[in-house]
Formats: sequence, structure tokens, C-alpha cells
Amino acid sequence: MSYVPSTIEERREMLGALGMQDFKDLYRDVPAGMLLDHPLDIPHGMSELEVTRAVTAMAAKNTVFPTVLRGAGAYDHYIPSIVKSVVSKEEFLTTYTPYQAELSQGVLQSIFEFQTMICELTGMDVANASVYDGASAAAEAATMCRDRKRHVTLVSGAANPDVINTVRTYCLGANAEMQVVPVKDGKTDMEALKAMLNADVASFYVQQPNFFGQFEDAEALGAAVHEAGAMFVMGVNPITLGVVKSPAACGADVAVGEGQPLGMPLSFGGPYLGFMATTTKNMRRLPGRIVGETVDDQGRRCYVLSLQAREQHIRREKASSNICSNQALCALTASVYLSAVGPEGLAEVGRQCMAKAHYLCKALTALEGVELVYTGDFFHEFVTTLPKCDEVLAALEQNGILGGLPVEGGVLWCATEKVSREQLDKTVEIVKEVLAK
Amino acid sequence: MKLIFEKSIKGHHLDLLPACDVETVEVPAALKREELPALPEMSEVELSRHFTELSKQVFGVNVGFYPLGSCTMKYNPRVDEDMAALPGFTGVHPLAPAYSVAGCREALDTAAKYLCEISGMDGMTFQPAAGAHGEFTGVMLIKQYHMSRGDTARTKIIVPDSAHGTNPATAAMCGYQVVNIASAPNGCVDLEALKAALGPDTAGLMLTNPNTVGIFDENILEITRLVHEAGGLCYYDGANLNAVMGVVRPGDMGFDCIHMNLHKTFATPHGGGGPGAGAVGCKAFLKEFLPASALMEGPGHIQVRSFAGNFLVVVKALTYLLTLGCEGVPKAAQNAVLNANYLLHRIKGTFEPAFDRVCMHEFVLDLAAFKKETGVSALDVAKCLIDYGMHPPTMYFPLIVHEALMLEPTETETKDTLDQAAEVYRKLYELGHTDPEYMHHAPHNTPIGRPDDVRATRTPVVRWQKA
Repeated sequence: MSYVPSTIEERREMLGALGMQDFKDLYRDVPAGMLLDHPLDIPHGMSELEVTRAVTAMAAKNTVFPTVLRGAGAYDHYIPSIVKSVVSKEEFLTTYTPYQAELSQGVLQSIFEFQTMICELTGMDVANASVYDGASAAAEAATMCRDRKRHVTLVSGAANPDVINTVRTYCLGANAEMQVVPVKDGKTDMEALKAMLNADVASFYVQQPNFFGQFEDAEALGAAVHEAGAMFVMGVNPITLGVVKSPAACGADVAVGEGQPLGMPLSFGGPYLGFMATTTKNMRRLPGRIVGETVDDQGRRCYVLSLQAREQHIRREKASSNICSNQALCALTASVYLSAVGPEGLAEVGRQCMAKAHYLCKALTALEGVELVYTGDFFHEFVTTLPKCDEVLAALEQNGILGGLPVEGGVLWCATEKVSREQLDKTVEIVKEVLAK
Repeated sequence: MKLIFEKSIKGHHLDLLPACDVETVEVPAALKREELPALPEMSEVELSRHFTELSKQVFGVNVGFYPLGSCTMKYNPRVDEDMAALPGFTGVHPLAPAYSVAGCREALDTAAKYLCEISGMDGMTFQPAAGAHGEFTGVMLIKQYHMSRGDTARTKIIVPDSAHGTNPATAAMCGYQVVNIASAPNGCVDLEALKAALGPDTAGLMLTNPNTVGIFDENILEITRLVHEAGGLCYYDGANLNAVMGVVRPGDMGFDCIHMNLHKTFATPHGGGGPGAGAVGCKAFLKEFLPASALMEGPGHIQVRSFAGNFLVVVKALTYLLTLGCEGVPKAAQNAVLNANYLLHRIKGTFEPAFDRVCMHEFVLDLAAFKKETGVSALDVAKCLIDYGMHPPTMYFPLIVHEALMLEPTETETKDTLDQAAEVYRKLYELGHTDPEYMHHAPHNTPIGRPDDVRATRTPVVRWQKA
């Protein structure tokens, strides 16, 4: 099956209209030696029923753990049904980028609403229509902060390793220098940061909460960065922003982050959602699409892709980024999620995540041999030592629980609003059992 | 349409979670948020209606003919969506233990195998999330390759002036100087211009074939040979792969690395601008430079985004490839080319093709003479098409054709649709001569007319604000 609707007769008719006999005539400009003279070495095509069998069989080889206590950049939150139903509407799913404003006010307005919501969460003045994910958003932020004089990017060593590595790659591309600020007690080492700040530094990136789950002293870090004349970039988890101070309130110049917690399932890593927001002062440095409000020729309010002079299709090699698209459907997902939970709901999700994680932490660290590795305040992730780590995790997995992620020095646990007290108690019970053996 | 914030009513909400069953904990005072963010407050019925209202002002592939040149708006099969929604895929954490994600690994490996076969490559990554992201990855393979050889003299990337804007932007992002070479009058690469641009400072060439005017460059083997001779590598922009998949392979054209747009050629939905996937393939000697995730695979590789990429998008493309199989892949390409040539044939005699010859999967109309005659521009024609229930084609691209309209019908359109579309284009050609004024103010039948772009840029309003 190839989704070609026409019959052999219709195709013959069309070829005939062109004065051709055969499909080969269409490729007469291709040097003969280059045409494939044998079938592709892939299996024969299948009917829809056969395809569903084959792909379903693949999915069945995965284990879906009903209880997920692992985060590290991908979080298991409850996704309201309205979210899934809206984003599966065929119009939203199959439409292209809204270049023709008269035909696509639905998409443009939904992006404008998304931009507004991201500004509300982060306290910033302008947000773009989204980028690929949180890691590339951090990398794009580093790029937007660099200029002729300042070309060094500082990144906290307490950030997610995938983020650090992505920023490193983008810096490598730009022939710019990246330095990692050391970690002390699970947080950015303030003294080390101060020693590394100088007139060459364009920006410093910190993750809040950081990879180890710890709350960073964002305001103090930001103040040090600004004193050195550099820009302060914060990578934030949006699920915290109903109860945690916004990046703007902490003095950030640019706020970025991973939007996956806002209605996107774990999906083995993607598709996810990067968001970027900044102050009015830095608006024209922001890469990616931005939707703006205007009026039409009859004065009716409408929305358009705006400020396009920043972008690749206008500036080509002078563009600050090559980014051409966004993650539109994922941005819509986030908008529906944020609208479904609302302000009180988002705060409640945040509160429950914190509550469940602290409950789990208390119960686990009451067990012999299980100790907190980093003792600062945390949101919903924490690192403990864990004796017999492999055995414990295996026992948990056999009981449908994906335990914390093994990291250096211990295990990085996570609990979200989705986990019940019962599941948490069961987890602790199993850990206790294995440790007691 | 009212904004969602304008429909918000205090106290309206959904009941999504039970009360917290454990003791609550306070955010440390220094980090506590003072004011809740001004998100909308709505019930589920109000949400349902708001997004339905928005969806009614969206033109999807399910609505009508969508011949956007270079975008390959082919039909997005429903079964691909169902497979990507399987809980066995959506419920899997990227950092779950290897034994528990065997199905994900099989899906990625199988997709890689098939795409390597189609493209003539030896290695593949699905980490890039979009075409431009794939371009960045591909050019970084070239950069790492030259770095590994200690060759620091290669500072330039050659790009034809017909290239998509992402190509030079990508080269700049990778620290290269861009050398633009003028295309020959037939729209293809000017071999003399290429020879003049090549040298010991050439890192590589970025090219798409068929090119952005829908023509297969018959000199392609010579082009890639010349670049290799100068010590550079050849990068293939796979945006136009739909014309030749299963018929010709980029690997056989002499390319060293490529990106493919799974959301174009392999039928995954565009979603309004993403998520897509820019799969990047390479020959064996470049495999060591492919990106990987620090968390999943450990350090030592470049990385362009977290984890393994847009996994669910790969599942959709895989489902599509399993459906098409070895016969369906070339069949799709051949019919994409047939449909484009047929549509061009039916329009001929009215709007002028930029290049009067057999095209590949897309063709460009040159409205410069038409505009001179009637005063009606390519933009006016595009806006008029909206009133006929058709999505306009790509406008003003590539830059080497003035007043360009680029049409790519794809293989999933019926002959009837093509006949009807041709009729509309012929009608508009006549209308340009009889009533140009009407066309200058099109569209007439849409909820909004032409927006004031200038005002949007001069006085940016980029968010809603509480009064």
C-alpha cells in the first residue's frame, strides 16, 4: 500500500497526456547508471492489519512500569484527557507552519496563547513559539547571549548532563568556549563561579531545580553574574512555576526549559518541547518563530508570524540560528495542559510533587544504609545512597516500579503527583525487604 | 475569535487530582512564588469549545489540496498515529533499563536499517528534531571529520544560491564562512562557478537534488567528484527526497552525509510546525562522529538535543515504511513526479513554468511576465486561491526565480483533484487580465483579510496582557 489513490488506468491516462508510456520516461534526466536496478532490500509492503500486528508486537517488547520514580529530565505526570483529544484533531495535527495568516488564525492564535502562558510562568515579556527541547533551548540561549566582545559560555556542573553536552556541541559549532562551573554539595559552587566570571563571559546557565533535584540560590547567582556584566540564563522545570519564584523574579535575563512535564508522555525521550523567554530588551536576539498581534485591512484583530527579519529565510548566513520550525503541536499540548490545570491546578500539581517526594525521602532515609547525599532544599527529586543498588532496583522493577536513576554516589529518585501513598509505601517496603536480606 | 484569556472566568476549573494523601511541604520562603501565574480558568466544556473554534480556522491536509512546494504535504495515515499512541511506546522512560526498552530499540534499529537502504548510507541518528536540526548535525559531522584529521585550513562551505535559507544559516552556526555560487541559467549548479569556488579551504558542499526548482541535476556525479577531489565532503539536504526515494539513492550520487525529513518524505504529520524529525545518515567513515545522549550512551559524542530524539515521530515513519515496503517506496516517488508533471501540463498555456522541461516532484511558476502584464503579483494569486478552498503554494522561493510560485502536489492526490486545481489556476490567470483589482484585495471569503505585517513588526505585541 502506498497511499497513491489513482488506479492504473488513471495513471496511464496521465502518462499519456504527457506523451509518455512508462514511469521511466519521467526520470530521463537522471544518468542511467544511477537509477536503482534492483528492489530495495526492505520487506514487502503490508496491509493495515498486518502493519498493526507488526508494530504492536514491537511495543509489546517494552515494559511499561505503572509506577515511575525516575526523572532526570523526563517526568511522569498525569495528562488530562482533554489534552489528548484536542491535539489529535486532524486540523491541528496535519497543518503546516502558518505562513498564510488568513487561513491559519487557529494555529497563530494558539501559539500567541502559548507565548503568553510561558511569559506568565516565567515572568518574562516575550516568548518564542517553542524550540526542539530544553537542551537545545539552553544552547540557543547561550548563542543569543554571545556578542563580539563576550564569547565565553559558563554552564553549571549541576545541570542535566544532556543539556551540558548539547550546549558544548553548539559552542563547538560556533568556535566559542564553554566552561563548566564546579559543583559543591550538589549545587553550583558560588566561589568557583565568581572566580570564573570575567569580561569575556557572555552568560551563565543554571538549572532550577538542578539535576540532583536541589534548589539553587538563583538570586545570589544572578547577582554575581550581573556584577560581572554577563547575562543570567535559568533553565527551569515549568511544573514548579505555580509555587516557585519565577526566573524573572530571580533576575534572569533569559528563561528556558523543558516543557515535557506539561502534558507530553514519556515517549522514550520525544517529542518534547523547548521554551525560551526573555525581556523586552532582548526580544530581537530571541531565535525561532514569534507570533505577533496586528490588524487586517478592515481593522480586525489577527495574528501573524512576526519579527521575521531575525530568521534564516530572510537573513540566511547572517541569521543567529538556523531554526526554521518549532514544536507546534507540543506547544499546543502545553497550552491545553496549562489551561486544563489552571493557576490553582498548576500550584496543586507542584505542591503534590513536593509532598510525595518528601514523603518518599523521609521513609527511605529512615532505612539503614540509605542516606541523603545532598541535604539542601529540594523540589521533587533527591539523591540517596543505596546499598545493593542493582538488587533493589531489580526487585522494584519486578513489582512494576521503576526506581530512581543510578548516578554517581547513589540513586536519583523522583516522585510526582501521579504516585499514590500506597505505591510509595510499597516501594519503601520492597527496598526494606531487599536491604534486610 | 476571543483569546482563551478573554474567556476565562474566575473559579472555573477541572477536577483532575484527588486531595494530597501525604503531608504537604512548603517551598522554602526565599523561593516561594508570590502570585499565581495568570493562566486561564475554564471548565472542560469551555476548553473543548475554545479549541474547536480554533481548529475551524486551521487548514489541514484533511481539509483540501495543499501543494506547498518543498514541504511535501502528503496524506498522514491514521494508522501511523494509532501506533505512535500505543501505551507500550508512550509510557516508556528514556532512561529505563535496556531489557525493558527492547521494543524501542527494535523500532529505532529497524527504521535506521530501512532508511540507510533507501538513502545509501551506513549509519544513522534520529536525535535531530527537524530538518534544520539535521543540517546542523550533518555539517557538524563534516567539521569533526576535518578536526580529527588536524585540517584547520578548511573554513568554507559552498552553497548554491538556490538553496533553502537554512543551509547557509547552518553553515554559519557551524563556524564556517559561506560561499554562495550562482546557479546556471537552467537552475542547476554552474560547474565553472563550483570549480572556481573549490580549494584547500573547502570543508564541504551542501546541496539538494532534485534541486529547489524541481530539477534533477544530471551533473551530480561530477559535482560530488570535484568536491571530493578538493578534499571536501558532500552534504545532501533531503528535503526533496520524495522525488527519488527507491529510484535513486543519495549515497550513489556521491554524498557523504544526509538529512531526511521524516515529516515530509515519510508522511509524519507537520503539526503546525513540528514535531518532526531530521534523521541524519552518513557513510561508514563518519559514523564515529554521530551524536549520542550523555545520559543514555555516556560522554564522548556531540549532542544536539536530549535523549534519542523524537521517538514517536520515528514510530510513525517506521509504520509508514512497513506499509509501503520495497514496492511502495519507489511507487510513491514515481507518482509524486507523475502528479507534478501532469499538473504542470494542465496549467501550461497560462502561467509560465520557470523551466519548461520535465520536472521532478515539484515545479516553479514564474509570474514575472504575468505581473508586468496585469499588475497582479504571485502573492495576489496565492491569496485568491484561498477563496477557492485551496492552500496556496510556496511563494517567493527559491530566490533565483522572481514572483515564484512553487507547487508540489505529492503522490496522495487524485487525478480529479489535480484537474480541479488546474482549472482554478487557469481561472485565476484569466481573472488577472479581467479583474486585477479583485485579486489585489483577496482573500475575500475568510474571517480576516490581509494582515498588517509592518505594524506587527514595528509595534510588537507578542503576548496578551491583563488590562
